[in-house]
Amino acid sequence: MEPALISPAKMLLFGFIPTAIFSLLIPMIGVGLFAYIMAKRIIPLILASPDFRFDRICTRTINVLKLWLGQYRQPRYMVGGLIHILIFAGFIVLSIRSNQLVIVGLSEDFVVPGMGGIVGHIYNILKDYAATIVLITCIIAAVRRGLFSPERYKVPARYGKAHTGEAIFVLGMISVLMISESLFEASSVAASIQAGLHAEYLAPLSLAWFLKMMLLSSSKGTLQVVHILSYYVHDVTFFSFLCFLPMGKHFHVITSLFNVFFMKLDKGTIKPVKWGVTDEQLDDLESFGVKKFEDFTWKHMLDFYSCADCGRCSDQCPANAVGRPLSPRFISIKARELCFESYPLEKGAKISKGMPLIAGLLEDDDKGIYTEDEIWSCTTCGACEQECPIMIEYIDKIVDMRRGMVDEGAVPQSLQKPLKALEKRGNPWGKMEKKRAEWTKDLDVPVKILDKKTTADTLYFLDSITSYDDRIQDIAKATARVLTAAGIDFGILGKAEKDSGHEVRRFGEEMLFQDLKAKNTGAIEKAGVSNIVTTDPHAYNALKKDYDNLPPVEHISEVIAKAVTSGKIRLKPVENKELVFTYHDPCYLGRHNDMYDIPRDVLDAIPGLNRVDMTKSRDRSFCCGGGGLMLFYEPEEEMRMGQLRVEMAEEAGANVIVTACPFCMVNLEDAIKTSGLEGKMEAIDLVELIDNHLIME
Amino acid sequence: MAQQIFAYIGHNNGQAEDSALELINAAAKIDSTAAVTAIVVGSGIDAVCDAVAKTYKEVWKIDAAALSNPNAEVTRKILVNVLPADCIILIPHDTFGMDLSPGLSVKLDSTFVADVVDIEGNEGGNLKLSRQEYSGMVSAHMECDISQGAAINIRPGSFAPDESQSAGGTVTDKSGDAGDIAESTRRFLEVLEAEAGDVDITKSDVLVSVGRGIEDEDNLEIIHDLAKAMKADVSCSRPIVDAKWLEKSRQVGTSGQTVKPNVYMAMGISGSFQHMGGIKGSPYIVAVNKNSKAPIFQLADVGVEADILEFVPELTEKVEEL
Amino acid sequence: MEILVCVKRVPDTSENEIEINSDGSDIERDDLVYSVNEWDNYAVEEAIQIRDNVGGSVTVVTVGDEEDEEVLRREMAMGADNGILISDDAFEGSDGKGIASILKAEIEKGKYDLIMTGAQADAGAGQVGGMLAAMMDLPYASLVNSIDIIDDKKIKAGREVEGGNQEMNEIDLPCVLSIQTGINEPRYVGIRGIRKVASVEIPVHGASDLGIDASSVGENGAKVKRLDYYLPDLGEGAEMLEGSTDEIVEKMIELLKSKGGIK
Repeated sequence: MEPALISPAKMLLFGFIPTAIFSLLIPMIGVGLFAYIMAKRIIPLILASPDFRFDRICTRTINVLKLWLGQYRQPRYMVGGLIHILIFAGFIVLSIRSNQLVIVGLSEDFVVPGMGGIVGHIYNILKDYAATIVLITCIIAAVRRGLFSPERYKVPARYGKAHTGEAIFVLGMISVLMISESLFEASSVAASIQAGLHAEYLAPLSLAWFLKMMLLSSSKGTLQVVHILSYYVHDVTFFSFLCFLPMGKHFHVITSLFNVFFMKLDKGTIKPVKWGVTDEQLDDLESFGVKKFEDFTWKHMLDFYSCADCGRCSDQCPANAVGRPLSPRFISIKARELCFESYPLEKGAKISKGMPLIAGLLEDDDKGIYTEDEIWSCTTCGACEQECPIMIEYIDKIVDMRRGMVDEGAVPQSLQKPLKALEKRGNPWGKMEKKRAEWTKDLDVPVKILDKKTTADTLYFLDSITSYDDRIQDIAKATARVLTAAGIDFGILGKAEKDSGHEVRRFGEEMLFQDLKAKNTGAIEKAGVSNIVTTDPHAYNALKKDYDNLPPVEHISEVIAKAVTSGKIRLKPVENKELVFTYHDPCYLGRHNDMYDIPRDVLDAIPGLNRVDMTKSRDRSFCCGGGGLMLFYEPEEEMRMGQLRVEMAEEAGANVIVTACPFCMVNLEDAIKTSGLEGKMEAIDLVELIDNHLIME
Repeated sequence: MAQQIFAYIGHNNGQAEDSALELINAAAKIDSTAAVTAIVVGSGIDAVCDAVAKTYKEVWKIDAAALSNPNAEVTRKILVNVLPADCIILIPHDTFGMDLSPGLSVKLDSTFVADVVDIEGNEGGNLKLSRQEYSGMVSAHMECDISQGAAINIRPGSFAPDESQSAGGTVTDKSGDAGDIAESTRRFLEVLEAEAGDVDITKSDVLVSVGRGIEDEDNLEIIHDLAKAMKADVSCSRPIVDAKWLEKSRQVGTSGQTVKPNVYMAMGISGSFQHMGGIKGSPYIVAVNKNSKAPIFQLADVGVEADILEFVPELTEKVEEL
Repeated sequence: MEILVCVKRVPDTSENEIEINSDGSDIERDDLVYSVNEWDNYAVEEAIQIRDNVGGSVTVVTVGDEEDEEVLRREMAMGADNGILISDDAFEGSDGKGIASILKAEIEKGKYDLIMTGAQADAGAGQVGGMLAAMMDLPYASLVNSIDIIDDKKIKAGREVEGGNQEMNEIDLPCVLSIQTGINEPRYVGIRGIRKVASVEIPVHGASDLGIDASSVGENGAKVKRLDYYLPDLGEGAEMLEGSTDEIVEKMIELLKSKGGIK
């Protein structure tokens, strides 16, 4: 049966030029160009540092299904997320059709294998609606982008220009694809109906259906022109689109699948200085950390390619919120721009290898895309990584660049003193080792100091701030009482304990961290305990993720939860009924270790406790200012993170902020003072609260 | 034979430094019977010499136009030329004295002692004196052999000034003995004045001064609020300027401004010697510090052991209510 | 430019109270940790920056014993090219002049354009630089907080003087400068940096190497000796206000009113 219209595969232009030539040439040029561009884009990845991402293939596949195909994180921003899901789903559906169309230009009856018969008919209906939805969504997206642009899309002047133009252009291209594909189909169907031939069924109220209705009264000649024209418009647009993708933020259309597959699987850990180099071999490394673009790993470069500039990371970033010179989004964007400049696409253009990243870090060069303050501004809270829909990493990159700065000696003066003190005395204040256990004096419960002779089941690892800070020692004292009440045989390391080095490592001083780790590991081994408990989520994360082969580590809230369940600890009701509690999730307990419910369960175990959650809670908890060395760093900022956090608690109607981290305590108590909320708001540690409500036998 | 004792007179804008009156009392502790000769070096210094002659029986004047901005190197050469052998010269331990004295002692082949806060006795050329070490956390007794002369730097403010003005001394012009006073290997260029800030704290009656206890730049607001309530100006100690939280012109201390307020509110200031050296006159000093052992409590008139972050807002609130 | 920086290892006293031992002969040193004197560290950083700008080398030198080698390594990890440890039993107990004459002997063995010391140390008198300069008849400036190299014959140096002002001088080379803190921002030296220079040979020079008459230095040659440490009697001090915050504030406001603090 002859179709009503001549197909692009058989059309002769001016009666003698077969359009099939174009059907062949356009894909050939398109694919060739695309392959060329991709080859150029892959060069830096080959020159990059190694990265081990080929393990745990099952987990990685599940991640792809959930995070990429399932678009799991998109709805965290409902409007943008929904728009993205619709366009993404449309793309997935239409990808088959688009490929089929390309070949149809050469062989008019081509059907993708398996797409014949009933499956093909169902698919056709599906793709008609998909194209319709994508077009409508594109229009909505363009209007939103152009007229009601959310705050997070804005680009501060210091970071360059907004990418609205590119966004609208791409939406336009997608719309052209949808319309031309539908026109191609609609013109053919309209002509078939006119000729009384069997016509492909068009899904009612779909774009193609509407176009068909519009075209029914057109002459056959017009329909023929529309048919051929729409085909080649689609063909050209399709391959232009493909080649345009690797030019900017739409590269993610191609890379996101791989980016999710190769994502970091172990939250809360820090990558080794160099993959493939063991801790023992670190001394042999010529240079430490990331100083030049190629020092990044290939996966980190893939991150840069994949950033869709959606702004969610920076929208959640506490450093950005208080006006520090850091916006995670531009860590990616600036690196991508540097990469595109250094590795130009033009044939024979000069590649500039070894572009410096941090202005003024390396001798003879003031160039660089980041500033030192920018890189020191990060509290490693992980809010950005929690938000990124395609799993771009920031903390490892920041830590790698800090390693580079430490290696070059470029460490802010405010951090040099604590680092030196950590090296000499194992704590950032340079206090004497023998005073580490001084908090146990005058305590009403006995605390063993563990060594070879004295041992216990459980080691309470305090870390520096809990050992030395006057205020935070109260948390240690409360812990000792609570552990005693729970009938746990515990002890501390005393002067043998050193700082866990959690922030030392995250501030880029890897060798000092290794030193602290070795000392602590030795002391812990000597103590011969069967498990470890800590009240400091930073210590918890360090012992769990940064140390090896230690006895199991628990946060005190886990211990309390078990003791409450087993009835070893009984709690009395809240006396003051006016108190409204809110729980502030510490970054290193929540986001980095997924412990959200246990502390809340412990709180709720206190009879009569009135608890509310802040809007930003659980994995969207807002960092209160950072711990460890961050207490010493003096950032440029407009206000303090803690202050914002306290305001959030106030907004939630709370007057007691419960936290489970000593650094949160310091930051929040400071913020309460400076916000003039003293007397109206109070901060308390979970252990202290439990201690206050213990029913003593 | 008793050693001759000299006092080097620091002066500024035609006026002798306060230390001029203190050195004579320091000298008395070395040898209560010795006649102390003041030495004034400079250009157009008659007024200074006359003023000093009220305290010292003998004043040596070395006056030359080239000495309008004498540097330590030139001064050292002059002193080497005019001073007799084995003499003792007392010099204020300020930035000029620190520049001058170590080298002077070498050239005079005499003993040097820096930053003396007390002199306890002199037994046959063995002088026993006190210095502070480790930022004033501990003091040390020193014994030094001054039999072959000494250059001794005295910390300003450590000895009581002699205000009797009863000496009726004579001024002797020793300019002729000074020798070659040309600057040779080190040449004075200029003095760069510290950038003037928006306030001149040297003229303030009441100062609310803030130190390390403020902990963070953002907290400075509570100090500004208190100052506003008290209609006072805000000053600070060195760490605050080092952290660039306040401008240099607000720094009180030997490396900052010298202030003469009536009331000085030391908020979170530990009270180092360098800081207290910038407070002249005898203001009423109020100290708030959370460390009960802070030296400021020894120097203040009234003290409160409290965290300024908590205390200052309370105080501000009550002052505002007045 | 060939630069020599004299450094000293001192107890790190920040944050910890200095205590005096039972007989007052020394401070309690058992629990102290040592590091390079802060002022000296600024001097070394300045030297390294000058070298990086105009070329030459930086040598760090200290008078002490084998324990003091640690600070030389730290400064070499920072970027100093050479280290020299001057050590001899005969040098023990030297006063400032003794140390200066020992350093002079070392310096005369080499050829240096610029010699730097820290302006002071916690337990010192800020004297060695000035003495050294006088002994060698070199120009000297103390409390230097800025250095501009004009050419290989002279420099422009700023001194910190009273009132936050800066006295600018032009000084001929070679010269001796004592460096005030804040002149720069010293770079960080981590464990990694120190390990890198751990095996570098550091020459040790004794009295005979330097041609020093042992009787002129050390305890015997010292004219200034420390007898003991003591805690000064600080007088009666402030009237401490006690009570509730409200009571204290009230009392303070009264006092301030009477003294003219609140009008």
